[in-house]
Amino acid sequence: MSVLILGATSPIARAIAGVYAEEGHAVYLAARDVAEAERIAADLKVRFGVRTGFGAFDATNLDAHAALVEQVESELGAIEVALVAFGDMGEQEESETDPSAARRVIDINYTGSVSVSELVAQKMIERSSGTIIGLSSVAGDRGRQSNYIYGSAKGAFALYLQGLRNRCFRSGVHVLTVKLGFVDTRMTYGMETAIPVADPADAALAIKRAASRGENEMYYPRFWRGIMGVIKVMPEALFKRLNL
Amino acid sequence: MKTQWAPTKLEGWGRYPRHSAWVARPERMKDVENALSERDGHPVLAYGLGRSYGDAALIKDGRVVLTQRLNRMLDFDPETGWLRVESGVSLKEIIDTFLPRGFFPPVVPGTQFVTVGGALGCNIHGKNHHVDGCWGDHVRRVELLVASGDIVICDREREPELFWATVGGMGMTGVILSLEVKLERVESPGILMESVRVNNLDEFFEVSADSADFTHTVSWVDCVKQGASMGRGIFMRGRHAPADVQTGASPLDALASFAQRILNVRDLESNLWLNKATIKLFNEAYFRKTPAGTTSSSVHYVPFFFPLDAVDNWNYLYGSRGFLQYQMVVPEKDAVREILEVISNSGMASFLAVIKEFGDRDHGGLSFPSRGTTLALDFPNFGTPLLDMMERLDDIVIASGGRVYLGKDARLSKAKFRQMYPEWEKWKAVRDEWDPNYIFQSELGRRLGLVGGAK
Ligand SMILES: Cc1cc2nc3c(=O)[nH]c(=O)nc-3n(C[C@H](O)[C@H](O)[C@H](O)COP(=O)(O)OP(=O)(O)OC[C@H]3O[C@@H](n4cnc5c(N)ncnc54)[C@H](O)[C@@H]3O)c2cc1C
Repeated sequence: MSVLILGATSPIARAIAGVYAEEGHAVYLAARDVAEAERIAADLKVRFGVRTGFGAFDATNLDAHAALVEQVESELGAIEVALVAFGDMGEQEESETDPSAARRVIDINYTGSVSVSELVAQKMIERSSGTIIGLSSVAGDRGRQSNYIYGSAKGAFALYLQGLRNRCFRSGVHVLTVKLGFVDTRMTYGMETAIPVADPADAALAIKRAASRGENEMYYPRFWRGIMGVIKVMPEALFKRLNL
Repeated sequence: MKTQWAPTKLEGWGRYPRHSAWVARPERMKDVENALSERDGHPVLAYGLGRSYGDAALIKDGRVVLTQRLNRMLDFDPETGWLRVESGVSLKEIIDTFLPRGFFPPVVPGTQFVTVGGALGCNIHGKNHHVDGCWGDHVRRVELLVASGDIVICDREREPELFWATVGGMGMTGVILSLEVKLERVESPGILMESVRVNNLDEFFEVSADSADFTHTVSWVDCVKQGASMGRGIFMRGRHAPADVQTGASPLDALASFAQRILNVRDLESNLWLNKATIKLFNEAYFRKTPAGTTSSSVHYVPFFFPLDAVDNWNYLYGSRGFLQYQMVVPEKDAVREILEVISNSGMASFLAVIKEFGDRDHGGLSFPSRGTTLALDFPNFGTPLLDMMERLDDIVIASGGRVYLGKDARLSKAKFRQMYPEWEKWKAVRDEWDPNYIFQSELGRRLGLVGGAK
């Protein structure tokens, strides 16, 4: 049994990998930057004495996804937990002016996530066992001028996960959607935020716990559910005037 | 991704001085190289966990690289104890990971919240200096990002001079990316220890001479007392316990964790807590709590090695003015006496003061430990009178052939530094060869005339 981490180099992904490794699970680290994936794999092996694997993963290279999933299963055994953690915010302004930049953001955050989740889900459904954790974002709950290309891709991914959860339910495969607010990563580093930024290690523990309990959708930090609740119910006539 | 430089006010543990800098927090190895090449003409310095007291890890308006997220453990050989880790791994992480497997860091300072990069940068010493030397003596290989942008692997054979200058090099030879350190085998988390109450400085030296069998020694010293009781204190000596020894949980731990839960020491920041009266009271109470004679006990390693870690942010108790530590080593016992006299006469007593005899080893370069007695004293930042007294202490130290610890320093003058560290020129020559344009700088280095300006 193994845990597959897709987009392993983000601090949350690394922390979640650590939480599973600490419980003795074999972990496979897949990332665009293979050298970093290797370092993280080494770290988990040294700290927790678990079996690890690592390899290249490019969300936009759809043709390679199936081979990666096969590779993980042959190296470390059936995938019991898959974490879809990769993402790329791109630059909103660039996405507005350059269609290929917008497409890249959509391909990474949506198309790539769908492609690899489907492959993993298929394996899990055949075995009637497994958990898929998808990291979406509060940016996907409502479109805002400052990041709606990224937000729409993350929102689409959340919608996709909903459907996947519905499909998987009968076979006992579980899907958890995580909507992340501000977590202390390089995406938020140096940003002035009025809202507190969460520690990746705390986020990892909370996400693992939610996955084990069979939660369907969580916000992290949890208070973002309230914030987004308010933001979602604002009338569009008002919302469109705001500078968000 | 382009380096994100966040304007940040940084301070060392003493919270004096404070300087603003542009700070990056790399998470991948490539990010460190990018930070160096995207420094935009400014000097660069690595910052670990900021447990050096003064300005060793600060660089005003420079580019600071935080290493805390570069904390991957890369390789461990359980046969030999050799561990290869990135520079931002903390000693606490190492202990938490390896003590259950029977290994402990070869040298630990008085806190476990230091990085291995910082440990090498200051070439730290511990209570076992007289047996095991410094941190650098247990490191065999360093991966260093140097000024040219190259990554150089150095050890005692390959680029031995760069290795030598980097051990205790206070961050001014480059950014340490990873290193290999040899962990020591231990059988249990316990320490067998003895506390010996000593009534004056002569007794301290007697007990110290008598303690050669103990791998770890340190003594707390009361610097308020004058006259016949000058130098009274509690001498602690111990060694890692064998497997079958049980250590009782210390009631102090429970109290500390309780205190920690209900209060945030940062909120207690005030210049009033630590004044002459409270310091005197504390010293009296601490001396009395230990019974006369020798007391044996077995304790957990945390209260033995890291008693102050029980309270997060205790440095805020000194108030917004911050505090200064004066740590020196002097080869002559009379100089110790003279120093204690100056301090107790000044009335600016030290709240915490420790004294220890080092082993005979001199580590060279900018490394601090050398033969003699070391005293470490914390003073609230009383301003000019304190700085004046420290200048006087410097003179006593120099006259005795000793030196002050750069990892604790915030005020030593360039002229006096040169008298204390006879190898400074040799060290600087090696440093300058690898970094002729002074890309790596620190406030400490500038103050001591080691980097920046004209050569
Ligand atoms: C309560 C307490 C007790 C202490 N007791 C002792 C003791 O018993 N013995 C002792 O020797 N020291 C002691 N110290 C001092 C402490 O051990 C050293 O200052 C240590 O270097 C701090 O590590 P750090 O990671 O916080 O480094 P920092 O304070 O962040 O940096 C220290 C120096 O190392 C350099 N540095 C840090 N990381 C790197 C890197 N990756 N590459 C290149 N340079 C780097 C910095 O530029 C700076 O010059 C104590 C400190 C405290 C707070």
